[in-house]
This record gives sequence, C-alpha cells and structure tokens, in this order.
Amino acid sequence: MIAQIINYFQTSSNEYLVAVGQHLYISFLALFSALIIAFPLGYVGSKSKIFSGFCQTFAQVLRIIPSLALLFILIPYIGTGIFPALIALVVLALPPLVVNIILGFNEVPKVYTEVGIALGMNSFQLLRQVSLPLALPHILNGIKLALVEVIASASLAAYIGAGGLGNLIMLGLGLYKMQYVVIGGVSVALLSLISMLTFDWIIKRVKNSDQRNY
Amino acid sequence: MIKEIIKFNHVNKKFGKNEVIKDLSFSINEGEFITVLGSSGSGKTTTLKMINGLEKPTSGQIIVNDCDLKEANLVTLRRHIGYVVQSIGLFPHMTISQNIGVTPKLLGWDQGKIDLKVKDLLELVGLDSKEYASRYPTQLSGGQQQRIGVARALATNPPLMLFDEPFSALDAITRQNLQREVKELHHKLSKKTFFFVTHDINEALYLGDRVMVMNHGQIEQFDTPNKVANQPATNYVKRLIGTVRENQALWEDIK
Repeated sequence: MIAQIINYFQTSSNEYLVAVGQHLYISFLALFSALIIAFPLGYVGSKSKIFSGFCQTFAQVLRIIPSLALLFILIPYIGTGIFPALIALVVLALPPLVVNIILGFNEVPKVYTEVGIALGMNSFQLLRQVSLPLALPHILNGIKLALVEVIASASLAAYIGAGGLGNLIMLGLGLYKMQYVVIGGVSVALLSLISMLTFDWIIKRVKNSDQRNY
Repeated sequence: MIKEIIKFNHVNKKFGKNEVIKDLSFSINEGEFITVLGSSGSGKTTTLKMINGLEKPTSGQIIVNDCDLKEANLVTLRRHIGYVVQSIGLFPHMTISQNIGVTPKLLGWDQGKIDLKVKDLLELVGLDSKEYASRYPTQLSGGQQQRIGVARALATNPPLMLFDEPFSALDAITRQNLQREVKELHHKLSKKTFFFVTHDINEALYLGDRVMVMNHGQIEQFDTPNKVANQPATNYVKRLIGTVRENQALWEDIK
C-alpha cells in the first residue's frame, strides 16, 4: 500500500497537484461567493430582529439538507460541471457565515456604536471603523467553519464533474485501487485541517491586537 | 451680546407609551457650565442625548448652535459637539492617539495636524504623550481612560461639550481630581459650553454655574448652586438638599 502510494507520487505528482489546485480553486471560489452574499445578509440581520430570526431559521434549514442530495437535485436544472457544484457549496457555506456575521455584529457593545455615532460617523464609517473590526473575530470564525465544510464537501463535487481531489477518490473506488482513495481522502482532511489551523492563528492574532484579553 | 447655544421649546419624549419627558423648555447661554442633577429615570440622560440627536424628541423644537435639529445634518453637527460618557467608550482596537484622532480624521485633517493635536490634548489632560500615545485603552487605569475620553471629545475644539455622568464609575479620589480638572478646563477654554449630567449633588453644585434639577422628566429648579442650596424651589429639591445636610450631620457625629 505504502509502496503504491509512493509510486503514485513518483509517477503522477503533476496530476495530484492539478487535483489539489482544482479543489482549492473551487473551495475558495465558493467561499468568496458565499461571503459576498452572506455579508449584507448578516449586516442587515444584525439591524433587524425579525430579519435575523428569518436568516437564522433559514440557515438551520439549509444545514439539514445533505450536500450530496443538493448536488444531484441541481443536475436536472443546471447540468453538471463546476457551476452547479459551486452553487451547492455556496449554499453549504452560507449558514455558518450568516449566523456568525450576525452574532459578530450583535456582540459589538452598544456603547462603542453609540460613541461612534456621537463622534460624527455616518453608517459606513461606523461599520468600517468600529463595528467591523470589533466583529472580526466572530466573522473570521464563521469563515473558518464555512471553509472547512466547503473543502470537505468539495470532494463530492467530483460526482457531478467539477474535478478536484474527489476525482481521485472516485477513481480509486471505481478501479478498486485503495491507494487513490487514501491519497484523496487524507489530502482533503489535511487541507481542512491546515485551513482550520491557519484561521485559528489569524483569529488569535486579531484578538491579541485588540488588546481585549488583558 | 449673550448668545443662546442650546434651546429647548416644549420638548416631549416618549419611548413607546412611557413618557420620559413631558414638556421641557429651557435655554443655555454660550460659555456656561450647566450641571443637570437628577436620579435615574429623571430623563436627564435622554435630555443630553437629544442635544446631539442620539435621541429624537417626540414633539417640540430643539435648537443647538442656531440650527434646528429637525433640519440639521446630524453627522456634521455631532463632529462639533464633544461627547463623554460614563462607560468611557474608548475603542479597544485603536491606540490612544487613534482614539483621540477619530473625529479630526472624519473631518479630513492631515496626519501631521492630527498628531500635533493629540500631543496638545494629552498634555492638556495631564498625560505624557510619549508614554501614552501608542498604548491601547485597556493598558490604562479608569481615571486615565476618562482623561482620554475628555481629550477625544475636545479634539475638534467643539463649542459645546456633553458629559453623561463621566466620573460616577471612578473611585472617590480620582473623581475629585477629575472634577477639579474639568472645572479648570472650563475656565481655560473660555466660551466653551459644558452640559454635565450627574446624580451626585456635590458634583453638581461644585461644578455648575447653574444647576438644573430634574425629576420625572420635568425641571424642578434651574438656578445657581447658591440659590438651589439656600432657596430650594420645590419639595423635591428641598429633600435632595436635605440628604446632604444629613450627611454633614453624620460627619459631625463621627467627630
């Protein structure tokens, strides 16, 4: 087994790197698109209780849809390839993002926003200079959760032809070559782990620079 | 000529069904040090917040620095009104100099001018600029933080300063020092109007040129400390002054 794995890396390391590249590309593209949708939703959600309740319920509902099911449901409407996979992953990434962005903005102590307004900030300046920096640890946490989930689920995207490390796993299953499954699976796990640790480190740095832990 | 800087005309404020302020009318001249004395729920903080538009009156007219607040651009107006609160509210993610420089930056001053101003203001509130400018708020004591709070409010040299119980969370010695300094500051910065809300009778009588005693959203008396202490206009004021006299009796007993 180990010999086979070593052999794979010796002969097909290019193919492996392409798969990793595709995997990361589709994951980050999905995360980025989800952020663009989630940020305004979260910001508005933090302003209005009703909207926030709606967002959170909606997020919970999204969370219970199995990602694989969603992928196959989309095939008749959008076909196969990167685009439907992207949609499924965005849907998957939205709940942790929206919930944590709302949480982050709500956790900003009222006194800071009030003082910000009293010092003459308009809503945009208040968001950029006060609310966003203070909500950042929560928002980053949401991004972390979303990214980990997206990277793990992106392996399923191979089923509808989006490529990535999932291809390797599928190939291994189809040809009964366990080394492919192991390489693909472990790589996905490693990517998730690395992104999680990176974000944990960033969040720690952000919190430290706030000097709020004194 | 004496200029009126704040004027309330029959102002009424309701939060839902709860009427906080019934019918408030008063005017304050430029350069006065006004203290507003009242217990919690008397509407004093709401009154203060209506001056810089953080709260809007349900009815009535408020004129600040010749602008009717209904028509004024509140964002611009607020940049020229200092604001100091009890919880201090220094932004934890900004250094001391960034905190003081918030409003100057909003007004588009260049960085050199802001740095000079920060240095001046730190000196004015008695803190060494070399030592403190690049620190973060949590590295300072409560008293030092509130000095920064005052410095930040003074940053754009506003004609009007609002204080919402700024010293009530501080220990007695720090509080007394700061009271003295604020009074000196008002003397030094002539023509600046201070509007200072407190529930501490001694503080109100010590600092104010005039004291506005509020209860249940109405003015009980608005006069010089001397008049308030010696000729209380209503029963409420009489009782309020009575508590101080009782305290004095206690001190006499301990002797």
